Amino acid sequence: MAPNDSAHTTEEARDLVAGRRKAARYLVPVGVAGVAAATIGLVPALAASGDPDLPKISAQQLIEKIAASDAQQLSGTAKIKTDLGLPSFGGLGSFAPKGGDGKGGSASPDSKLMELASGSHTVRVAADGPDKQKLSVLDKASEYSIVHNGDDVWAYDSASNEVYHSKRGADGKKELGGGPAKGHGKAPESLPTTPKALAEQALKAVDPTTSVTVDGTSHVAGRDAYQLVIKPKQSGTTVGAIRIAVDAKNGVPLKFTLTPSGGGKAVIDAGFTKVDFGKPAASTFDFAPPKGAKVTQDDGKAHADKGGRGFKGSPDGEFKGANVIGKGWNSIARLDVPGGKGIPTAPSGKGGKGDVPPEARKFLDSLGDKVTGKFGSGTVFKTRLINALVTDDGKVFVGAVNKDALVNAANAAK
Amino acid sequence: MSRAEVNATEDVSTDVSTSAAPPGPGAARATEAHVPDGPSVESRRPSPLWALGLFRSELVTVVRRWRTLALLGVLAAVPILIGIAVKIETRGGGTAGPSGGDGPAFISQVTNNGLFLVFAGLAATLPVFLPMAIGVVAGDSIAGEANSGTLRYLLVAPAGRTRLLLAKYASVLAFCLLATLVVAASALAVGALLFPLGEVTTISGTQISFADGLVRALAIAGLVALSLTGMAALGLFISTLTGSGVAAMAATVGLLITVQILDQIPQLHAIQPYLFPHYWLSFADLLRVPVYWDQLVKNLELQALYVAVFGSAAWARFTAKDITA
Repeated sequence: MAPNDSAHTTEEARDLVAGRRKAARYLVPVGVAGVAAATIGLVPALAASGDPDLPKISAQQLIEKIAASDAQQLSGTAKIKTDLGLPSFGGLGSFAPKGGDGKGGSASPDSKLMELASGSHTVRVAADGPDKQKLSVLDKASEYSIVHNGDDVWAYDSASNEVYHSKRGADGKKELGGGPAKGHGKAPESLPTTPKALAEQALKAVDPTTSVTVDGTSHVAGRDAYQLVIKPKQSGTTVGAIRIAVDAKNGVPLKFTLTPSGGGKAVIDAGFTKVDFGKPAASTFDFAPPKGAKVTQDDGKAHADKGGRGFKGSPDGEFKGANVIGKGWNSIARLDVPGGKGIPTAPSGKGGKGDVPPEARKFLDSLGDKVTGKFGSGTVFKTRLINALVTDDGKVFVGAVNKDALVNAANAAK
Repeated sequence: MSRAEVNATEDVSTDVSTSAAPPGPGAARATEAHVPDGPSVESRRPSPLWALGLFRSELVTVVRRWRTLALLGVLAAVPILIGIAVKIETRGGGTAGPSGGDGPAFISQVTNNGLFLVFAGLAATLPVFLPMAIGVVAGDSIAGEANSGTLRYLLVAPAGRTRLLLAKYASVLAFCLLATLVVAASALAVGALLFPLGEVTTISGTQISFADGLVRALAIAGLVALSLTGMAALGLFISTLTGSGVAAMAATVGLLITVQILDQIPQLHAIQPYLFPHYWLSFADLLRVPVYWDQLVKNLELQALYVAVFGSAAWARFTAKDITA
């Protein structure tokens, strides 16, 4: 019915028209919400679709490019997501090797950086040559920073207002959070925290048991990058694939993703969201302990052989004093627990002080799976990447391999 | 039919169609109902000063209420309580809070610098007290008038419903700023009284001058007020839905609590970036050196989205509904 059909216009008709007009107003909020939803949904998709067109490059050339990369100056923001499938006991802090006899305090890099091994974190990095680096972990309403400037290493934890200070000699002059991490290295170096450090760890594992390919290109942090894919050829490992996005211009790894062979979300996903290869301001690396902060001095000796041996994403078995069984991705580290007793599953009735209360043992048992084999029996503790078999006679087998491989290794060792 | 639909999308032309129709029995009533909103009012638009007058009278109404004064009193009391508690706790020279850095943000710094009480006070009131106060004022804005039967008298004045709604929203926004400033001012006064002032340690561990710290505190107060604008728009929309002031306030505050709980459940991380309180505590990023803008920008974008969606929904509802009280 046309509204201007004057003779027949009734009150109901006008009410209908008015009602329509009123109902139409609701299209405004719905439209705004729709536009917003479309923007949220489409913009990342559009941004992702345009992979850059780069000249072809072989995997060998790309690896050489990474090795030859001499970008000493860099500043940026990175996001690190780690999902090992561990229950969160207040971060991984409680599992972390505590800095020498607890002297380090809560600002000690040993305990603090271990928190990066679980959950999602935003990290700011800045580097200017081998002597000046800064790394800040941005938490909600707090921040943890480590500044390396020449011989000094400062760490500041704003949540507890504590400062950690250590003088480093020549041995400390490694790239912070990066560099060739050695198993017995100083704490900040021992845990790979940047995509570059993670990539170097992964490239060390490249050997005949590995396939390395270049798989297209991508945009990372607004830069063109090649995708390097590292895949284990062996079966039995929990590592599915490692993808590294390498800056096409200067060969700096920008993004590192490790997916487990079991599928699902990436175990480690670390990448720059913003990166700048210009020289950071010199004041970035200045640090003076703030007034009122508790300062802990560290002479560096306490850490010489403690700390930093524990957590490794790479399978090349860098556990000190461990026997490495197997090769490549399937290498398994064997540790003998002093005292010759399986810690968590010690048979009851022995009495000794190493015994675990029954409730605690039950809890530990619930975390792991009981397995038996030619070697006897033991418990397998699983994460999405690293599995460990603790036998009842006190041997520990650890590796980025599945349960069967651990049992086989234990059987072979017998 | 098609004509009617075209009309429905155009705000102005409908009244043309109504006036083009010959006067029927209900025509007079229908025209009357459209008066506040129709083109006849648009044609003799009052001066902008007049709109300011409407806003001023709304603001005075809001601020003069005992309820509002009581809310502001509670907000001012929170930093006082925190300040006294920290002072008593640290009397023996200890540090505030457990050394692990648990507890509310910035608490451990308060003993070193009274200015941090501003940040601690805002961090403590932002999750519940501040938005609750906004929820009460925003929820009451339209529904309260309808409840006490004064809404139709407001509409008798040739202001138009849209303008009245804008004046109401502007007064709620002014209250957001006022409430935030009350918390900040009370915290600054208590902090200056009980603790030393001086150079400010940013959470990156660097030092900035006290004047710079004050500027940042002011910026943070402004940011907190802006963080509440989305919540205010939501409250205004709920307020247009019902004729009962108490129902609107309860619904707004209830919704706030529900959303805050949803924001804490880790399994819901997929929707959390779209919940309005999600980035509220990002104001702390202003205390980093250099400032970390990502979350701050996200917060402001999210609030703008909530204001656009719920503000326009409130407009659609308020300009279309029958005012009976």
